[in-house]
Amino acid sequence: MTTRDGVAAAERIEVTSDQDVVRVRQLVRATAVAVKLSLVDQTKVVTAASELARNTLVYGGGGSVEVLRVENGRRAGVKIVFADQGPGIPDLDLALTDGYTTGGGLGLGLSGARRLVDEFEIDTEAGRGTTISVTKWCR
Amino acid sequence: MVKSGAAARDLREAQPGGRYGEAAKMLSSQEGNSFADLLATHAEAVISAWTDEVAHSLRGRLSHAELQRQVTELQKGFQSALFGGALDLADDAAAELRAQLSELSSLRARQGFSANETAVSVFTLKDAILRVVNTDDAGSLRDYVSFSTFIDRAALFTFDSYVRVREELIADQAEQLLELSTPVVKLWEGVVAVPLVGTLDSARAQVVMERLLQSLVDTGSPYAIIDITGVPAVDTQVAQHILKTVVAARLMGADCIISGIRPQIAQTIVALGIEFGDIATKASLADALRYVLKLTGTTKRQER
Repeated sequence: MTTRDGVAAAERIEVTSDQDVVRVRQLVRATAVAVKLSLVDQTKVVTAASELARNTLVYGGGGSVEVLRVENGRRAGVKIVFADQGPGIPDLDLALTDGYTTGGGLGLGLSGARRLVDEFEIDTEAGRGTTISVTKWCR
Repeated sequence: MVKSGAAARDLREAQPGGRYGEAAKMLSSQEGNSFADLLATHAEAVISAWTDEVAHSLRGRLSHAELQRQVTELQKGFQSALFGGALDLADDAAAELRAQLSELSSLRARQGFSANETAVSVFTLKDAILRVVNTDDAGSLRDYVSFSTFIDRAALFTFDSYVRVREELIADQAEQLLELSTPVVKLWEGVVAVPLVGTLDSARAQVVMERLLQSLVDTGSPYAIIDITGVPAVDTQVAQHILKTVVAARLMGADCIISGIRPQIAQTIVALGIEFGDIATKASLADALRYVLKLTGTTKRQER
């Protein structure tokens, strides 16, 4: 994890069911409102969180989501870290291709979420689990 | 009635793991009898003191007469359980009492009282008994401590029942909500609408689809409007559910229009890369209705 961003507050949710995905969404929305993201950006980051939290649940077999308020001196933002101990992603390029899915979805969750946020980092290896951290900054 | 001769046994039982251990009975038969005697002899005083205590804790939210009736029944329940030889709340002789306590919890839970207020209704029996116990006599006091343990167990049992009833209530409400939150309304002749509100998970999406398809058949409507004004976030899962519903409706010969696409939702959908293809989408329900009416208007003219 990066340390250049000052972390103001952090909250963590264990994701083991669909209900937890809803909780993640609510927490992200509350945090996005607190750091004064615009309505469009709120919706974008909530949607991205929804996609990634569901990936954590469905493909990662459950994991944890951490929602942080961050500052880089000039701007405030929301940073969300999704971590699971699942099978990992063997071919990242393929997984990030629009329309590619192994689970019967639209195949847009991962690639779409990347377009919805400002920063997107993914750390994965087959058999070792996946950690994705995304950040959305106030404009 | 309360004998000081019980002192030695009481001291022994007061050891940790003795009286409070799971296997040990809470009362000896002698204590059980003296407890029952105490309740019977001072019935009126206990009931009156108990009612007052409960009334105080509930701050006048139940009438005094109603409380008195409940308390009298409970007092009788305790008394007959103890006379029947119940030494522990789990005993067969206490079955009636347990049923009464469950009934009370369920009543309180449905009336909207807190778990605390419900358990206090039982705990206050201790205060009521304290008023009639001879506090100068060490033996009576020791017996009182044993009675207290029995009452504590009863109150905890009430607490448990309360939580169980509340969980049932919540489960029922969740089910009702699922029913409530997916109405299909007839908007115009040949036009039905589904106003979606809240999170569209798989369970709800399934209900929505079933309802919509059924109402298309029932009303013979060629048009359906799916309004997503009340859906806070449209992610790929929500989109997929909507798309599947639209495709299913099309198979039945009906056209779907998606309305309630707010600016932030539109931008998010574009960024996500979701394509609604040739499905008509509108910003508001009014726009969607106008669009459908225009379509039906022209078709009718052509038919003539």
